Order: sequence, then structure tokens, then C-alpha cells
Amino acid sequence: MNWFTNTLGSSIGKKLMMAITGLCFCGFLVVHLIGNLTLYGGKDFFSAYVEHLHSYGPLVTVAELGLLALAIIHVLTGLTLFFGNLGARPEGYKVNKNAGGRTIGSLTMPYTGILLLAFIVLHLIQLRFVNYDETMTVFQNVSNTLSQPAYVIIYIAAVIVAAIHVSHGFWSAFQTLGANHPKYMPLIQGVGIVFSLVVGIGFGLIPGYILSL
Amino acid sequence: MSETINLTLRVWRQKGPRTQGSLETYKAIDISTDMSFLEMLDVVNEELTVDGKEPIAFDHDCREGICGMCGVVVNGRSHGPEKGTTLCQLHMRHFSDGDTIFIEPWRSKAFPVIKDLAVDRGAFDTLIQAGGFVSVNAGGAQDANCLPVPQEDAEKAMDAAACIGCGACVASCPNASAMLFVGAKVSQLALLPQGKPEAAQRALSMVRTMDELGFGNCTNERECEAECPKEISISNIARLNREYFKAGLFSSVM
Repeated sequence: MNWFTNTLGSSIGKKLMMAITGLCFCGFLVVHLIGNLTLYGGKDFFSAYVEHLHSYGPLVTVAELGLLALAIIHVLTGLTLFFGNLGARPEGYKVNKNAGGRTIGSLTMPYTGILLLAFIVLHLIQLRFVNYDETMTVFQNVSNTLSQPAYVIIYIAAVIVAAIHVSHGFWSAFQTLGANHPKYMPLIQGVGIVFSLVVGIGFGLIPGYILSL
Repeated sequence: MSETINLTLRVWRQKGPRTQGSLETYKAIDISTDMSFLEMLDVVNEELTVDGKEPIAFDHDCREGICGMCGVVVNGRSHGPEKGTTLCQLHMRHFSDGDTIFIEPWRSKAFPVIKDLAVDRGAFDTLIQAGGFVSVNAGGAQDANCLPVPQEDAEKAMDAAACIGCGACVASCPNASAMLFVGAKVSQLALLPQGKPEAAQRALSMVRTMDELGFGNCTNERECEAECPKEISISNIARLNREYFKAGLFSSVM
């Protein structure tokens, strides 16, 4: 298996791992967003979704462990690449100017990534690692959490950060996988922008809806 | 009669590879706007020499945009602000009277400064060597067109082969990555039948060498493509990625 670790261990190999895990997270965002959109259907509709999801039992745990493994690979590889890149230019330029290739997403990728990690930890503590029973349903916890102004600000900020991260990450993953084709690349880039907007708006409006209840 | 302008230059001066450098200020007086950027530096250097000072060291050779020898970072842009232009083909008409111009060498761990604005790009030579050889049968010339190459592939290979190895991609990459250079060099051979037999070995060897030389990792910032004087596309980086995965995961080359 030496050839396998050698292939994945190079700069392009690490990028491959970032691309594959990143695309998996894009898939997760879609599923998570669809789930969360059931909030707009009201308390009962949302609770029915929660119950349905939990009815999968051990499959949910398997999925969670899978997501954890993806997160560990994505974060550790990302940090390795980030520090490697800092070392590749020990003496920087006095004047920095972009030629037009960089976007706000690509410029901030490592930082938005670290912020997202911090938010995900907080998010899991507040909504996942809670003892749910009749007195504290998932819906109650969601509406309690999202009625705290401080958390709402953090939540909306995190959603914007996620949208910015995805705006570069989505097309970038395809480029890394070698999927750059004159016919499809503009479409992939367009889908990436639309996807980041859908993530930003879809998740970002949830606190407003909860507060209006 | 051409217009003349006066400029203030802030130039990186560094005596040698291991000495500390700094930005020094120079005046460039009565610079014809028809001059190239290098000719402007020649004028400044002549005055420095007359004054008994050390002239500014910078790399240059053909001065017609094809050799890849020149290149500095002008106001934060590799080869200056014009698109698809080497430094020698950048003309002073793109600057205004009274401008202050910052002139810095390529910055990369893999390109150490030799003196002032001249950097050692030997890492690119090492990369080319790592690419190895192409098998060409000796003997009598073969019949014309016995190796059919689609016109589109020939064009793409030619576009990649337009790379002059100046290093602007590394200099402009926020991560000092050499992926556009390696992408172009791998692509120009991978696209043609002559490059196929050694394609897997070439891709693996060049990528491994690239990592060893201390270049950064590509994060698809696209600054290289925007700054490349030959406007080489990042689709060559995607092709390098494909060639690398194919070689690393599906070929028998270890």
C-alpha cells in the first residue's frame, strides 16, 4: 500500500483528499438544509422529520461517524496544506496586488474553514449533545437557542462564512479532481455560486422565521 | 517626439543570497514613454554607475518576450500590470509622471534571491530534468502523418508549450506553487502520442520533485493564469491532476 500513501501524500494527493471530503460536505449541507427547511412547515412537521430521521437508529450513528472521519481528514489535511503554503514564501512582498484570479472565497479559505470548525463544535454542543426527552424536544431546543440574540448573530455569521467557503470550495474541488472542461466549467462555477447563495439564504433565514413564531 | 516622465523607484537591494535586503529609493528622470521597463532600469543603472554606485542586478536576455529570463514584481504584479506581457515588453507609457513604482524580486522558498532582483530559478531546471525523456525512434524518417494527431490536441499541446519558464506563476501564486509550470510541461507531452509511453513516470516524478523543491500547494486561486505572460490556462493544472491520479492509482509505476 506504499504506492497509495505516496500518491495521497503529495501536494496533489492532499488536494484530492480535500476535494473529495469537501464535496461530501457539500452533499451533507444539501441533506442538512432539506431537513432544516421542514422548520418552515411548523412544529409538528419538523418534529415528524426529527422522528423519521431518528427511526434510522444505528444508521444515523454510522453516518455521524462517517462525517467525523471526513471532518478529521478535511481539517488535518487543510491545516497541513495551509502551514506548508506559509513556509513556501518565507519572505513576502511589500506590495501585494491581485491580478483578478482570487475571490473573497479563495482568499479566505483557511480562515473561513477554521471559523466553521469552531462554529460546528459550538453547534454540536448546543443541538446535538443534549438529552432530549418530553420536556425538551428538538424543536424546543432549536427555538430556545435561536431566540438568544448572541447565538443568532453567531449563527448568521457562521452561515455567511459557510457560504463564502463553499463559493470557492465547490468549483475548486472539481478543478482539483481534474474536471475542468470548456463545456462544463462555467456551469460548475455557476452552480457553485448558486449553491453558496442557497446555503446562505436557506440556513440564514431560519432564525428570522423562529423569532417570528 | 515622445513624452518623458519622472518616476520614483522603490527597488529591492540585496547584496547576496544570505544577506539582509531592503527597499531603496531611486529617481528615474526623463524616462521616454517609448522605453521598455528594462530600458528604464538601464537608464537608472547607467546613472548609478556614473555616480560610482553598484547598479541594480536584474535578469534579462532576449528582450522580445520569448526567452523567459526577465521578470520582477512591479507594484505587486508579476511582470507589471499589463496582461499577457513579459517585463521587457512592458512599456513606460503604462505609467504616469510622478508615479512611485515598487520593484521586488520573485518571492519563493524555491527561488532564492541571488542579488537584488535576480533570483535562482534552477528549481525549474531540476523539474524539467525530473520529467525525464521522450522516446523517439532513431533511423530513417518515418512517413509523414503516420502518427495522426488531431488538430485540437496539437493546438492544446502548443498552447502549453508556449510556457517560457519565467516563474511568474510561482511569483504571483499566493502559495508560491509551481503547478501551472508543471501543468504546462506535463500537458505539452501528455497530449501528444510521442509523450504517452513515459507519461505516468513523468507525472509522478515531476510532482514529487516539485514537492521536494519547496514549492507551495495549489489552492486554485487562479492568480498564475491571470499573470502568466503566455496566458497559459489552469486547464493544464486540471490535466496534470488527471495525469497524476492516473499514474499514481492506475499505472504500474511505483
